[in-house]
Amino acid sequence: MIATMIKEFRLPDLGEGLTESEILSWKVNVGDTVTLNQVIAEVETAKAVVELPSPFAGVVTALHEQPGTVVEVGKPIVSFEIANDDGGAPAPGNGPADEPPPAKREPNLVGYGAVVESSGRPVRRARGHLAAVKDAAPLVDSPMPTHQAAPEPAPAEPAAHSQPAAAAESTAERPRSTPPVRKLAKDLGVEIESVTGTGPGGLITRDDVRNFVGGGDLPAAAHALSATAYSRESADKQGDEREVRTPIKGVRKFTAAAMVSSAFTAPHATEFLTVDVTPSMELLARLKESRPFAGYKLTPLTLVAKALLIALRRNPSLNTRWDEDAQEIVQFNYVNLGIAAATPRGLTVPNIKDAHALTLAELSAALTELTDTAREGKTSPADLSGGTISITNIGVFGIDAGTPILNPGEAAILATGAVRRMPWEYQGEVALRQVMTLSLSFDHRLVDGEQGSRFLADIGSILSDPGIVLAMV
Amino acid sequence: MNADDLSQGGTTAAGPDNWANHHYRTGGNLVQLITPGGERVSHPEYDVWVKDVTDEQLASLYEDMVVIRRIDTEATALQRQGELALWPPLAGQEASQIGSARALRDDDFVFSSYRENGVAYCRGVDLTDIVRVWRGNASAGWDPYSINMATPQIIIGAQTLHATGYALGIQHDGADSVAMAYFGDGATSEGDVNEAMVFAASFQAPVIFFCQNNHWAISEPVGLQSHIQLADRATGFGIPSVRVDGNDVLAVMAATREALERARHGGGPSFIEAVTYRMGPHTTADDPTRYRDANELEDWAAKDPMTRVRSLLERRESWSEELETRVAAKADAVAQEMRSGCINMPDPQPLDVFKHVYSTPHSWLERQQDHYSRYLASFGDPAQAASEEGAR
Repeated sequence: MIATMIKEFRLPDLGEGLTESEILSWKVNVGDTVTLNQVIAEVETAKAVVELPSPFAGVVTALHEQPGTVVEVGKPIVSFEIANDDGGAPAPGNGPADEPPPAKREPNLVGYGAVVESSGRPVRRARGHLAAVKDAAPLVDSPMPTHQAAPEPAPAEPAAHSQPAAAAESTAERPRSTPPVRKLAKDLGVEIESVTGTGPGGLITRDDVRNFVGGGDLPAAAHALSATAYSRESADKQGDEREVRTPIKGVRKFTAAAMVSSAFTAPHATEFLTVDVTPSMELLARLKESRPFAGYKLTPLTLVAKALLIALRRNPSLNTRWDEDAQEIVQFNYVNLGIAAATPRGLTVPNIKDAHALTLAELSAALTELTDTAREGKTSPADLSGGTISITNIGVFGIDAGTPILNPGEAAILATGAVRRMPWEYQGEVALRQVMTLSLSFDHRLVDGEQGSRFLADIGSILSDPGIVLAMV
Repeated sequence: MNADDLSQGGTTAAGPDNWANHHYRTGGNLVQLITPGGERVSHPEYDVWVKDVTDEQLASLYEDMVVIRRIDTEATALQRQGELALWPPLAGQEASQIGSARALRDDDFVFSSYRENGVAYCRGVDLTDIVRVWRGNASAGWDPYSINMATPQIIIGAQTLHATGYALGIQHDGADSVAMAYFGDGATSEGDVNEAMVFAASFQAPVIFFCQNNHWAISEPVGLQSHIQLADRATGFGIPSVRVDGNDVLAVMAATREALERARHGGGPSFIEAVTYRMGPHTTADDPTRYRDANELEDWAAKDPMTRVRSLLERRESWSEELETRVAAKADAVAQEMRSGCINMPDPQPLDVFKHVYSTPHSWLERQQDHYSRYLASFGDPAQAASEEGAR
């Protein structure tokens, strides 16, 4: 006769910190003989549906729970009759079979944060010692400098009185909330201690803060509301007002007059040329690192300006002026190079006097000074007049090409586009090259297509092969 | 079936107008030596690394894979029976773990994540020690120097730093052993792993970054966190890398041997992406059906690492009933030994917490232990008193 014994199988914690599981179905019946690890039940936890393998080989003597029942971890769910010489697999948990199930446990799933201590031991009270201080001087030295942060200074007194007495007495701890919510409350000028949380465990949510402000039952909150309402109103104003009328004056008026005068007196012709400026960019990089240019701010514009000045020497008809009154064409034997500059006051075109006589380094310094002065709005009237030809750098805005309007009294204006890395024919193959488009407008009264084209082609060939200058000067 | 069946997208499908696949694939063909159907295909570069592997050795690799799957199944059952708190299943990754671990020498050192229980088995770990941590009985299951394998790292990817540091030590010793870091696809997004690769490359340290791309970082698919193949991430660090069919034990072994040779001869670090699949949940507390397509599981079931080796052995008439019986018996014996070791494991004693904190006596700790013993004694429980004596 083989001695047998009854073994109970208690519901284990099938996840990480689960307290209960639902028996979905039994895969065995009372009286069935089961083997070790044979599936006996299907149970659902808060995390997953899992199959329960039998911990014993033996005969099922009792199923303690019905399918559909939610069972606490630690309660017996099935009993087996097993042979005594089974190998002595102890009952799960090593506890005596008659040990009562553990006291009701709080679920504490891994990854879901720690459970608040619920044992009989004293609960840790964070910052409890602050209670007395706060009672003595309520809110004056509040941890949240609400009023300093409010858009307009709010009187501290009403805010202090606005604190509900109950809240001040009941707890010394700051109510639970998250940093973004505390930030929101601070921005709205709300004392977070005054807000009642409706989230899990009394957590204060964004909505709680907003509702508190929306209630408007507190002076501080009302004030905060008006502050936000104001900013919203001004934002709405911008959206609502469909037209804004601004008087025409200042630089805008001047610019407009100049453009109209230019566009309707000088017949414009514009030509475009796209060139591979990689060699110029490489030259630029070399120059920047060279000793003579240390301290100079060399840019692609510097090289374009120099190229224009060199090309202008070969094509002097671009450096002329139409004198309607005198019925003469004025040929300039000097170049005052205008540079269109976007300034705080609007568009201005200051020029570099006698740019033709400047070395590259001097030209670079002059350009830097000109743009710096223009940006500061300190360009003198003298710098703005007497230009003979201009450059406008639309590339800084990421634009490739356009039709520039002549600065009145000048015969030509060059627009430089953005330098882009583009697929380009290079030594018989397609390569990624640095490419720029040049747009040249000229006064067709003074300049024929041939001259304009040669001038633009010269600039293009210098930029695509700076060494060609040796053959030009 | 060809090598590309195991890849994320498939080169053949990645035409210029097939952007969804295109941006996943940037190169690196999958190295495969045994197809899922069990056909041995030749590979110009990698055949040479496994030309010595006989059918008997192949059968031995097969046995190891069967055994570790059985360890995995048994441990999962033990968790369901309340004997383990948690278990991270390795099912599906047997070839990646056995193919790589069996290529190592005893003096190489393994730094693994928590899923490399198959690697631990190859290193000769005591079966009870495998489950010691998962039962909650110890903070670490074994003495790392006894099997030259660090205890599993839970922090994702941190072990790659340990491996790189150990490899720098090997360099200083002038030895020719290698540090082997095991980690998953998700770990490649961790700062630690990236830092480890920077250092390994800078110092040309003898370390192998063995990434088991099992396609899921818990519930996050690999495609979400890497728009290029993981092996290509190593290229950015200047570390040579290879993508290998992680369900092909021979291919994994070939790639590992190549990387080991490189490391042993001063060639520096390597990165191996073993493309495999986690057939089970992330851990026993996870339910993959909530985020994973059943079809995907089915696709990968067809690429099972053991089935293909068995098919190959059958093709070569090296398969026998005797072999099958022997392997099954071995798996049963291992499972029984582990189960028995697990459920009969003595509970740790309160004073055990003071063990293994310092390698040498420490007066402050001794003081704390003394206080704690007296506190325990104040309950007047003779059992506690006994354990107190035992701890000293």
